[in-house]
Amino acid sequence: MENSFIIDKLNKAFGEDILQTDTSSDILSFTVACPVIHEVITFLKNDENMDFNFLTDLCGIHYPDRGLPLGVIYHLHNLRENKRLRVKTFVTTGSPKVPTMTDLFSSANWMERETFDFYGIQFEGHPNMKRILNVEYMDFFPMRKEYPLEDPTREDKDDRYFGR
Amino acid sequence: MTEDKQYTTLNLGPTHPATHGIFQNVLTLDGEQIIDAEQTIGYIHRAFEKIAEHRPYYQITPLTDRLNYCSSPINNLGWFMTVEKLLGVKTSKRVDYMRIILMELARITDHLICNSVIGVDSGALTGFIYVFQEREKVYEIYEEVSGARLTTNMGRIGGFERDLSLKAVKKIREFLDHLPKVLHEFEKLLMRNRIFMDRTIGVGPITGERALNYGFTGPNLRAAGVDYDVRVMTPYSSYDDFEFIIPVGTQGDTYDRFCVRQQEVWESVKLVRNALENLPEGNFHEDVPQFYLPPKEAVYSKMEALIWHFKIVMGEIDVPVGEVYHSVEGGNGELGFYLVSDGGRTPFRLHFRRPGFIYYQAYPEMIRGGVLSDAILTMSSMNVIAGELDA
Repeated sequence: MENSFIIDKLNKAFGEDILQTDTSSDILSFTVACPVIHEVITFLKNDENMDFNFLTDLCGIHYPDRGLPLGVIYHLHNLRENKRLRVKTFVTTGSPKVPTMTDLFSSANWMERETFDFYGIQFEGHPNMKRILNVEYMDFFPMRKEYPLEDPTREDKDDRYFGR
Repeated sequence: MTEDKQYTTLNLGPTHPATHGIFQNVLTLDGEQIIDAEQTIGYIHRAFEKIAEHRPYYQITPLTDRLNYCSSPINNLGWFMTVEKLLGVKTSKRVDYMRIILMELARITDHLICNSVIGVDSGALTGFIYVFQEREKVYEIYEEVSGARLTTNMGRIGGFERDLSLKAVKKIREFLDHLPKVLHEFEKLLMRNRIFMDRTIGVGPITGERALNYGFTGPNLRAAGVDYDVRVMTPYSSYDDFEFIIPVGTQGDTYDRFCVRQQEVWESVKLVRNALENLPEGNFHEDVPQFYLPPKEAVYSKMEALIWHFKIVMGEIDVPVGEVYHSVEGGNGELGFYLVSDGGRTPFRLHFRRPGFIYYQAYPEMIRGGVLSDAILTMSSMNVIAGELDA
């Protein structure tokens, strides 16, 4: 399956909502506007020419300097033609809401919970949206960049000596 | 739940001899029949992805050890291949073949543990003792190659820290000569054993379609009849130089998972033997001075080596900007590394696709309607490993 074929098909079906296409990295990547992300993934999964029926991975990312800082990254795989695809969508920190993919892929359930746990992205329509690896009473999202790895009040360590 | 019926709630875990790791299952039981189950995980969550964002690339390897600790070399070498993909480093055939040898040895131990534990959970301890002796030998090989046994921290970016020693090669050969005998014995004990077959056939089944929907990979997916193997689909580390069979099951039940793993051990033995016999001459690492620590003698006598040593240890090396996804066939399935680099000394984002984390969600669906003792067997046949679940 050629990259140009997928790009054409997606642009024809969604036009303006495909914000960015990136062919430079190892896997063909698209950035998609958040409101249509569910339709895009549904199209990629169910369209007979696309057939991306395996959700390899779903994870979050945080770019604190961008206008839409929080992102969800989907890795899809067409097992028949062995073609991988990366789809990204970005939301604001103020209302981090992304539609759930659990209706399409059962595997999305825990991966979305993990993303919520670490980035605070709410997946709308998810059957069980709660933390998975961290304790439930935790009141912050530890993978966001503003949370330091170590206790910032520590005084016994000088970061300069550790190349940091 | 109907009003006139009372169900029992049973906590299986977090510490329970049959769970082989720290995770909890809250089962709803009607007598001995399982009505529903809910898993709680995260008991050994160690924030690897956060730690990885603060460490230079070569220091992330010890984190990967602790994912699936039954086959750490696969995790280590998979991580190095990811970094090499980002850097655009192409490894030589010798490095590739050495990696295949170690990764397949790791696969053998992983599958041996999983399969012998299925035996233990169905009441046959003998087979477990037989194959554990062999696992010990593989650990001695790891020790010879990397100095460590369980959490191996094996290899370097661009290759290995040292060449395969004569002693290591001898140990591998001895292991390869002895293993088939033990495997035959082990299979004689279980494979056509009436009790074992009655306990495992039709237990915890899943269809290929559901398995794909649940993101299954590795032996568990192949037992359900889908022939997806990363080693064949997207060959890495020169796997395409070798001929090997991908065993596939039909029913997706515990017995099929057992048989698929067992057959894969035989294929891995073949692969190790082939790779060892065809091991090309050459250097055991690539020339990547920015990432490969120079030998100590050079550091003490040559200025350039000293500079590189200092830069690597202090983590002052920048890497190209970019993002890569690299996956290897781990013991349990597709182990993926999604790496985003902003050019700094540490990854901007690193996500581990842990196969165990993804397929363990299907557990309630697989055990519903069965009995408690079958649930235990289903869990051990899925090879759920706590380190991989929690990252």
